[in-house]
Amino acid sequence: MSEPHRFAPLRLRASGLACRRGGRLIFEDLSFALAGGEALALTGRNGAGKSSLIAMLCGRLRPAAGEVALDGADDAPLAELSHLVGHRDGLKTALTAQDNLGFAQDCLGDPGLTPLAALERVGLPHVAALPVGYLSAGQRRRVALARLLVARRPFWLLDEPMSALDLAAQAMLSGLMQEHCRMGGAILAATHGPLGLAEARELRIGA
Amino acid sequence: MSRAFIAILRRDLALAARAGGGGELALVFFLTIIVLVPFALGPDLNLLSRIGPAILWIGALLSMLIGLDRLFQSDEEDGSLDLIRASALPLELAVLAKGLAHWLVTGLPLALAAPLLGLLVALPGAAMAPVAGTLLVGTPALSFIGAAGAALTASLRRGGLILPVLVAPLTIPVLIFGVSASNSALGGTIPFLTPFLILCALSLLAIVVGTVAAAAALRQAE
Repeated sequence: MSEPHRFAPLRLRASGLACRRGGRLIFEDLSFALAGGEALALTGRNGAGKSSLIAMLCGRLRPAAGEVALDGADDAPLAELSHLVGHRDGLKTALTAQDNLGFAQDCLGDPGLTPLAALERVGLPHVAALPVGYLSAGQRRRVALARLLVARRPFWLLDEPMSALDLAAQAMLSGLMQEHCRMGGAILAATHGPLGLAEARELRIGA
Repeated sequence: MSRAFIAILRRDLALAARAGGGGELALVFFLTIIVLVPFALGPDLNLLSRIGPAILWIGALLSMLIGLDRLFQSDEEDGSLDLIRASALPLELAVLAKGLAHWLVTGLPLALAAPLLGLLVALPGAAMAPVAGTLLVGTPALSFIGAAGAALTASLRRGGLILPVLVAPLTIPVLIFGVSASNSALGGTIPFLTPFLILCALSLLAIVVGTVAAAAALRQAE
């Protein structure tokens, strides 16, 4: 890669967040801060509200209480500054991996690697011309993760990014996350296992 | 920004071109309705040609409604809608791109096929072009009224049946002016242009209101 481009310093602050779904209180009084260059591992039992917190951060879910603030961004909402890779991978099964990534790049703006180069980084250059429907779960997850590379966005919101990945791919993802943090990006990842990031802090919800 | 608009438009057209994309299904459904009606009416050719424009319009309306529920639902299910929401492109423009794609793959082919199918309902030659013309300017209204309904039902698992029930009443004005413009070309006291221009106005209105309404529905956080 040529001259690595660092992200402008940003700081995400969440204070007193509460989540209510279907009338049930999932978590409350959750506060944390996340600045550029940091990684936050979001842990907790199943149903603790990890995915709900991520949905809240990207604006899909309204918090029952509390607020999310972003310092350093001139009025851009967090959703427009973040990548979301979750269980619903946002891939169209009828389109090829390359077309899917090209669409993501056009949609998200601020292009990074080309779709082909991104697929190479995640170790799947040979599937570029295959419809995503033919890929295995782990390969699909890797194509979805390649989206992180085709558009440059400072926040990565990842929902169990390691699921379905083999050991080599897990190491590859750890490498990508380390690189992102070095460039001043921030990561929030809901996870049950280790992320492979030495400096990652842990945020435990619903303990 | 316009890159994202074109990307959504191109993607939806590409998806529709794949097998089972829905575009050709609407056309086949249209053909089926038009073929069935003469069998139901019996061998009264005069009656058939008199109600021909109405049959074509009802057929086109129903064909536009089937498959409409997938307009946003498929994107909601696989997470592409999150991608579109995360774009800097205003959601209204994203809806406009999707509605436009829907019209290009359903409304436009229906309008182009109408003169051909008009033969099956003994449509007089003089009415062919007017009927196709009214469908051409009227079907965008159906696409965008439908888009608003599809956005409302995007996250409903069983949205498929509720959508036509929701949308069909809203299409009544389009149907009235579409059919009356077509009929006025066959004779009568009303000049063709009067209902036709109202139909154009309805379409323009539906494009604006439908787009804004659909974007508001999609933006609504849980």
